[in-house]
Amino acid sequence: MADTPKPDELSKVDHTPPLFKGWMDTPVEIKPGIYCYGSKPKDLKYVDFPNPRDWSPVDDDWKLPENWEEIVHEGFKDRLDRFRSVKLFMDICVRCGACADKCHFFIGSGDPKNMPVLRAELIRSVYRKKFTTGGKLLGRFAGARELDEDVLKEWWYYLYQCTECRRCSLFCPYGIDTAEITIFGRELTNLLGLNTDWVAAPVANCYRTGNHLGIQPHAYKDMLEFFTDEIEDITGLRMDPDYNRKGAEILFITPSGDVFADPGTFTCMGYLMLFYYLKSLGLDITWSTYASEGGNFGFFTSHEMAKRLNAKMYAEAERLGVKWILGGECGHMWRVINQYMDTFNGPPDFLEEPVSPITGTKFENAKATKMTHIIEFTADLIRNNKLKLEPSRNDNLKVTFHDSCNPARGMGILEEPRYVIKNVCNNFYEMPPSTIREQTFCCGGGAGLNAGEDMELRMRGGLPRANAVKYVHEKYGVNMLACICAIDRAVFPDLMQYWVPEVEVTGVHEMVANALVFDGEKERTTNLRGEPLPGMEDEEDV
Amino acid sequence: MLMSLENLLSDKRSKIIKKWRDVIVETYPGDTQRFLRKEKDQFANPVGYVIAKEIETLYDELIKEGGIDKISACLDNIIRVRAVQDFRPSSAIGFVLQLKMVIREELGDKAPMNGLSGEFRALEDRIDNVALLAFDIYSKCRQEIYEIRVKEVKNHLGKLLKQANLTIEIPEEKPDL
Ligand code: SF4
Ligand code: SF4
Repeated sequence: MADTPKPDELSKVDHTPPLFKGWMDTPVEIKPGIYCYGSKPKDLKYVDFPNPRDWSPVDDDWKLPENWEEIVHEGFKDRLDRFRSVKLFMDICVRCGACADKCHFFIGSGDPKNMPVLRAELIRSVYRKKFTTGGKLLGRFAGARELDEDVLKEWWYYLYQCTECRRCSLFCPYGIDTAEITIFGRELTNLLGLNTDWVAAPVANCYRTGNHLGIQPHAYKDMLEFFTDEIEDITGLRMDPDYNRKGAEILFITPSGDVFADPGTFTCMGYLMLFYYLKSLGLDITWSTYASEGGNFGFFTSHEMAKRLNAKMYAEAERLGVKWILGGECGHMWRVINQYMDTFNGPPDFLEEPVSPITGTKFENAKATKMTHIIEFTADLIRNNKLKLEPSRNDNLKVTFHDSCNPARGMGILEEPRYVIKNVCNNFYEMPPSTIREQTFCCGGGAGLNAGEDMELRMRGGLPRANAVKYVHEKYGVNMLACICAIDRAVFPDLMQYWVPEVEVTGVHEMVANALVFDGEKERTTNLRGEPLPGMEDEEDV
Repeated sequence: MLMSLENLLSDKRSKIIKKWRDVIVETYPGDTQRFLRKEKDQFANPVGYVIAKEIETLYDELIKEGGIDKISACLDNIIRVRAVQDFRPSSAIGFVLQLKMVIREELGDKAPMNGLSGEFRALEDRIDNVALLAFDIYSKCRQEIYEIRVKEVKNHLGKLLKQANLTIEIPEEKPDL
């Protein structure tokens, strides 16, 4: 934990707790640009979620079930019993305010209810009323209040303004993780059918077709074939990915965003090229057109749904009879694998502990889940001198790296991406220490908030991150923001366009593939985006 | 000896700027105001930092009839933030006009007297013009948000279908049949 203050250091910080006065009397107003559209009934029905109906967050009538208060009460009680963390987090907060100004949504919006402590307090106040003697007797004096429809609306509005990034938890002397409170709170809203379209539709699609856009297997394959043609134009070499091959040693699973949305597509081309490069060195890997989504939007509705979607990946691994799973550059996919998978669906005894077939390195950290992050895999290849690289091909780039909340804060992948980047490009600049590594600022669109209709929310939430990018852009001329998360790759182009339009977005494996030197390739004149390589600006076929 | 308005405004510079900053900060809820004022780190508190930094430059440019580019850049940095926060358009850019009030208050009855009234009116006109500029910038920011939103929708659907060869384009030249 590099620059993170210790609890005892924190207690010495000159700090006046916020006053938190009058928040109970500020009624919620649901504003356009901030909320996501309500879920559609067909998507909820498909996965047997409760209360499927057309509804809109701005309508007065949310068409709640008759006995909604009872449902919430029972759901609350049940989860207090099942999740000790929730019970603990409800009880131990002393409202010191150390977390208050650490949330990117508070920093960017200035709305006090986006202070993590207040976000949690929205729920905690109801907890006190329902489940504590003090709250029952003293009511508002003890910070307790009844749950009514207005309070429920306030919950919903602010639970869907939290990206579950966990930055706040880093600063809490008690380790209270407001992200877990959000996860729990969202489960309660899920019991009433208060889902958002941008979460519910991907969930239904992942469940049915295998990826969040509902792309069928043949279209998935077509896209990879399309990339193969593109790569052939650039390198003169034909990659030969295979699909759903039984008996392969490794199954590769990546977020579908890499396959279908720029700039993730270039990262996807990067994976294809890396795998082809390694084939002669002994890599035996297959893609699945069924487990065609690494992301797990179920995680943004309930633990049970996350479990169901996670199970699909492992079912496919078992069906194909592979030894282990290699996973692409993704964020919350790794949160689910690293923190939940083993409890959800483990142990996957039909798999083996991942071992790199090229270097022999054992990925002991993946002993339980049998799934390894591609950035660790590639860093290991470079460390063992297995890749011939020409970093000058990326000399047009001045790169900075965004630590995606889940891989960085959630599982400690801090060094590997930096190590890989520094080996594949010559110009790398860090953003200021208080905005990277464990303290990284969220992209503002995680946890299912990267819809189009909540663009103002995303611009606010992404402001602290964009502000740090702008700083390195102005100071060093940084023009490329690298990341290892598909949500980042979807969210950042918009964020940059508004705050720092001179900066583009890339996955790390796009840069790896640009630098990778193949035997027998033709002289490359462009990078994967079709832009001239440095020094090749005058070539004819550019 | 009479002081020129410019000298008077330079004299009162720090007081006026502080008051002007307060006017902007006070558009936020109470707990947020404390944070915006107190946290000085530009990465921990980008909004407070931008307000403090940009209004200083803006003030200096305004009183010396500075260049429009510099004034626009300062305004953009402040308004770009406010255009995505919980403000009605009038409160997002109202701070520019409020500078008039701040200056009048600070100069007291000195302002219109002492032969400054012509100069003073010119300054107020300048502030009015900057307010109009602010309005343009606010509209531009909002426009950008809408464009990003439209692009997002198009990207999600159009590109995907095209790349998977699921659509067919009208050719550049009409084929001979
Ligand atoms: S988890 Fe992240 S988004 Fe949620 S309250 Fe904490 S800092 Fe804010
Ligand atoms: S969550 Fe932790 S840091 Fe935040 S107010 Fe409560 S005790 Fe303090």
